Amino acid sequence: VPDLGAPQARTRMRVPWRRRARDDASGAWHPRWYWPAFALPGALWMLVLFALPFYVVVSIAFGTVDPVFQSPLPVYEPWWWTKRYLLEEWHFATGEFRPVEVRTIVYVVLATAVCLVIAYAVAYYVARFGGKRKPLFLTLLIAPFFISYLMRMLSWVELLQPNGYVNSVLSFLHVTPHPINWLDGVPFTVVMGLVYGYIPYMILPLYGFLDRIDQSQLEAARDLGANPFRTFVRVTLPLSKPAILASLVIVTLPMFGDYYTNNLLSGSPRTTMFGNLLDNSMEATGQGPQSAILVLLLAVFLMIPMLYYMRETAKAQRRQ
Amino acid sequence: MSDTVRERLSADRRKNRPVSPVPARSSRTPLGWWKNPWRRPHILATATWLYLAWSLLPVLIAIGLSFSAGRSNAVWQGFSTQWWWGHPKSDPSGALFVSPELRTALIQSLRLSFVTMFLAVPLGVAFAIGISRWRGPAPAGANFLMLFSFVIPEIIIGISMFLFFTYLLKFVHLGTGAQLLALVTYQVSYPVIIVRARLLSIGKEYEEAATDLGASPTQAVRRVLLPMLYPAILVSFALVFADTIDDFITVRYLSGGANTEPLSVKIYNFSRGTLTPAINAAATFLLFSTLVIALLGVLLYRRLTSGQRGQTQEMTDYLS
Repeated sequence: VPDLGAPQARTRMRVPWRRRARDDASGAWHPRWYWPAFALPGALWMLVLFALPFYVVVSIAFGTVDPVFQSPLPVYEPWWWTKRYLLEEWHFATGEFRPVEVRTIVYVVLATAVCLVIAYAVAYYVARFGGKRKPLFLTLLIAPFFISYLMRMLSWVELLQPNGYVNSVLSFLHVTPHPINWLDGVPFTVVMGLVYGYIPYMILPLYGFLDRIDQSQLEAARDLGANPFRTFVRVTLPLSKPAILASLVIVTLPMFGDYYTNNLLSGSPRTTMFGNLLDNSMEATGQGPQSAILVLLLAVFLMIPMLYYMRETAKAQRRQ
Repeated sequence: MSDTVRERLSADRRKNRPVSPVPARSSRTPLGWWKNPWRRPHILATATWLYLAWSLLPVLIAIGLSFSAGRSNAVWQGFSTQWWWGHPKSDPSGALFVSPELRTALIQSLRLSFVTMFLAVPLGVAFAIGISRWRGPAPAGANFLMLFSFVIPEIIIGISMFLFFTYLLKFVHLGTGAQLLALVTYQVSYPVIIVRARLLSIGKEYEEAATDLGASPTQAVRRVLLPMLYPAILVSFALVFADTIDDFITVRYLSGGANTEPLSVKIYNFSRGTLTPAINAAATFLLFSTLVIALLGVLLYRRLTSGQRGQTQEMTDYLS
């Protein structure tokens, strides 16, 4: 703690503040505007550049369309909002787009399940048996955070090409007579890409939690006669339920908005996901308010997991 | 102590010594090995190492391919740096540091990430300090917005920002300005969450001590609170930089033309079309710049927290 130069500071303290508020539970006196002044720039920024754009999205979703150019005309007054285009899009969503939505949910559920199995095993091993190698393991587990998502996908695009290394290994082992075209709308590739892309975000929170589990509880279970498997099922697993839920949400939220994994590893309409619908609506012009409505639908669909994740983030902060 | 007592003691000790619950011989048979509750977790260890190989080897191969001598980005064709600096004998226009397109993108990448870093981190740190000391419904609402921007899928932010700048804030043209505004909005929540966690673990006592010793509120913040926050601030800098330089989702929708597309967007666009090892070089460059910033962060962090315990713990806490 640096030297404070107390005498001069004390005289400065006496400068009369006209309005002073007593901080709750703290003995320090601050002018009432003091702490708000710190938070205000950030708060205003978020209000103008995060909340307001969302209002624009809603205004476009409930707005009308230019009759000539088919471009959206946002309506900012809620009393003039119309549900016409929203209903039209909803009609699409429940009819034409339904295979896409079903596929999205299937892919995301599959990928998340695979993620959970692998991530839990790895996190559990490192947390319980990492021993002296823990720093090494952690470095390797954190490394993907600093490697761009694109780089990681790009490396798979290259490995999975018809003349790429995956096919040469497979043909060397005589698994397949011909090289497989992995990048041409193969659902397996897309799900693997999703797992590969998001699993680091699952391992670390799980590790953070499992590492904090009190070892004596596990020892108690073993002393009372439980075998390792039973200890795991009856003690570790129930204890880590909140961490599992949180990590599931962390991974599924971005997966639902993901279009790039799919575009890079498949690009075929056979594997189109909801994120691709969003991205396509941005690339095509004259689609009216489609992208705004799709964004709104996605946000509403994800509202409950998002609120859950926010609550968990706030709780985790208080815990530290 | 008589001999008999001593004998009895040692006999007791012999009786109480830990015995292996499973005779050593049975662990030689497969079933005995499986049933031995004290065996090393070989399966988990193998799974962890396999996962690490699967997660990091493809990236290493992709880095290697950027030094390939051929045009193929699937197969290594001898060492060369022609995709980095060009080669007089080959056509140099495709190399990362030679091609005007890639060079513009590279500069745009660095510009966006540095400006975002230096805008988002101070904004977020000030917000975090203000919000954790200012009580009431207004800061709770602002924090809600902040957390919301943290959990929301990025594509939603990207599209709503695009619609915002196209239909409402028309004076912000698509391009660097719009990209920066959107990036700061998306990134500002990182420093807020990290610094807030740190603030809550520090508590108010140090500041109160400072004000009791005669420091003005500003002095208490600047000379007591901020130095204690340096580690969290550094981690935020590194994370914001790493995340911004890799970002292509928000930025892609907001780039006005080809000349404001950063390297990440170029990589995305090229990955879907004609791939050359120059794209690998570009991705490797992004990776190295992130690593340099992260390393600088770690070194500074070590300096600032020397003598404190639990550094790796804290690092993983930040990331999870």
